[in-house]
Amino acid sequence: MSDAIVNRRQSIPAVLNPFQQHALVLAGQQVMSDGQGALLEALRQQGTENFKRATWPGRKVEHWKYTSVQALKAYESAAWATTAILPENFVSKRLITLNATRLVFVDGVLNAAVSDAMPAGISLFSGADADAAQVIRSHLGKIAGSVDASRRNLFAALNSAWTDDGLLIHVTQNVILEKPIYLVYLSTGSNAVANQRTLMVMEQGANAQVIEHFLSASSDAADSGFVNTLTEIHIGQNAHLHHTRLNLEHESAAHVGAVHVNLMRDAVFKGFTVAEGSKLKRLDYQLNHCGQGASLSFEGVYLARHDQLVDYHTCIEHRVPHCTSQQVFRGIVGDKAKAVFNGRIHIFQDAQKTLAEMNNRNLLTSNSAEINTKPELEIYADDVKCAHGATISQLDETALYYLQSRGISPSQARMMLSFGFVNELLSALPVEDVKLWLESWLKRRFSEDRSLVSDIKPRGNAGADL
Amino acid sequence: MLEIHELFAKVEGKQILNGLNLSIKSGEVHAIMGPNGSGKSTLGNVLTGRAGYEVISGDVMFNGKNLFDLEVEERARDGLFLAFQYPVEIPGVSNMEFLKASVDARRKHIGLPDLSSFDFMKLARESSQRVSLDPAFLKRGVNEGFSGGEKKRNEIMQMMLLEPSLCILDETDSGLDIDALQVVAAGVNAMRSEARSFIVVTHYQRLLDYIVPDYVHVLSQGKIVRTGDKELAKELEAKGYGWLEEEGV
Repeated sequence: MSDAIVNRRQSIPAVLNPFQQHALVLAGQQVMSDGQGALLEALRQQGTENFKRATWPGRKVEHWKYTSVQALKAYESAAWATTAILPENFVSKRLITLNATRLVFVDGVLNAAVSDAMPAGISLFSGADADAAQVIRSHLGKIAGSVDASRRNLFAALNSAWTDDGLLIHVTQNVILEKPIYLVYLSTGSNAVANQRTLMVMEQGANAQVIEHFLSASSDAADSGFVNTLTEIHIGQNAHLHHTRLNLEHESAAHVGAVHVNLMRDAVFKGFTVAEGSKLKRLDYQLNHCGQGASLSFEGVYLARHDQLVDYHTCIEHRVPHCTSQQVFRGIVGDKAKAVFNGRIHIFQDAQKTLAEMNNRNLLTSNSAEINTKPELEIYADDVKCAHGATISQLDETALYYLQSRGISPSQARMMLSFGFVNELLSALPVEDVKLWLESWLKRRFSEDRSLVSDIKPRGNAGADL
Repeated sequence: MLEIHELFAKVEGKQILNGLNLSIKSGEVHAIMGPNGSGKSTLGNVLTGRAGYEVISGDVMFNGKNLFDLEVEERARDGLFLAFQYPVEIPGVSNMEFLKASVDARRKHIGLPDLSSFDFMKLARESSQRVSLDPAFLKRGVNEGFSGGEKKRNEIMQMMLLEPSLCILDETDSGLDIDALQVVAAGVNAMRSEARSFIVVTHYQRLLDYIVPDYVHVLSQGKIVRTGDKELAKELEAKGYGWLEEEGV
């Protein structure tokens, strides 16, 4: 019966809004070689179909309840970004100094001049050899393609519709990448649109570290571009991946991005993400336990000030037994900014002996800031351990007193504690240089602008020691 | 150094200090003993200015200033130091950063130039070794995951770095094994000088074998009921506090 309903729905031609219509026009403008076309055509078509059919976000759509996509109206006649010239000293000033394989994409296009040579296994879709093409064919669009996920992720569908090229990282069996892979995605703005697609396939026993770093060309000038990104990751049996994603674009940018990961038997995913708000920033993590014994841990930090928005939607699917997931997110929201954390854990009926934990803590630093935190648990198995917690709080008064009793001023004490609230999670980062860079980035954020420092007086008295 | 005159104070609506008088001169060490709930910790918290500890009446002069005119951090910069009974854990803020901020604040207040990061690190490492704390602790979050003994040694290290003129040790000996107790006592003794005074709050006479006080006071129901020298502590250890109450003092 439900099939009939679905079919009937699909048969009604949806009325496309101007953004959707224009998005399809943009897809039509893309030019590809015959080889690329053959490789990507099926994906593009499927993406186009799904995008046309998807329900447009609005307050009545559960997964977009708190996040408006009004900002996309600005792109109803936008063009594809044309690759601009890199700002001077961009590499030395803005990037993390790191012993890594660095690849820099500017508005979705690889900039070879500031990128390292691609080691074996890494190639653009457009430069794929026969082996790479085979890997792309068997994985691209499949990881993000589950029915349940695609229903919620219309921008993933749009990303497929727009995929004319992309990056493949293929780590073959038992290969341990000595150097991290540092992917830089730069947007230059000026109201243009860019698309970014990345596919990572790790074979059995492989081991790698990847850092995805999104930023705007200029740290102070406006970046009014819209970037849609999708990273698909397959972690094979017993393979290990540490994945860090930094979304630190200028606040005038619009970014919708997703990371979809499939974990096979005994695979390990360690994720870390930091995002700063912008006029539209929506990040989806879809993490699927597909093989027994897989485990994942995932830390996230978000900061929003001014009238920024940051929205994290995470969804962890425990499809099979004996998997674990641990998730910790912390956010600080100030001024009139708004943040959303929606953490979904879906434990399938077969997924006995699951261990799943989720924790989200928030610090509000102004009375007009807004945070929407929502744990969403769907548990169909009966022998699982599942814990979740979400809090919105203020700074600890005892800690404030302790710092002041050592001569530290209340305003500096508040800054130290606000910084410490998110800095605490950084200890999970394995690459020391990334950790140090982020730590100093955070420190700068907190010292240059007090909007992320909690100046709200804690209520009431501290617990008294007699 | 410190003059406490007829101090009455309450916590969460409950009156704890009932007309306490105490006079401490430069270079003196005063031990304060007393049963649970007699107001020992309250005294330290009232003197440092913790929120929730409300002064009803009385006054306290500290180095010629009215202590209650000063904010918490101003009292600290003026040389008042409280070694906490329960030092606070602050994950995410490194011990080194915390120590540097507090030493910077104190030095600035007394007109000394800022220490460079390099000089400060050297100083902090030396201090940590003096209290037998692995310098690796400097990089960790403030008291984060420290054992009880490590926290207390961290307090003493802060005291060494800040060089206060009045140090209040609030049951610093609680939860310490003999070795840690000796380390803490040695740290305190090394800091004893003509210009520095101590208030040592403790339940046990044992600490006073290592830190020998000039005076021992017994606090009961929010006021000092008996004052003597170190022999008084031994008498208390032998007879308990009940003995004083029986005497009706």
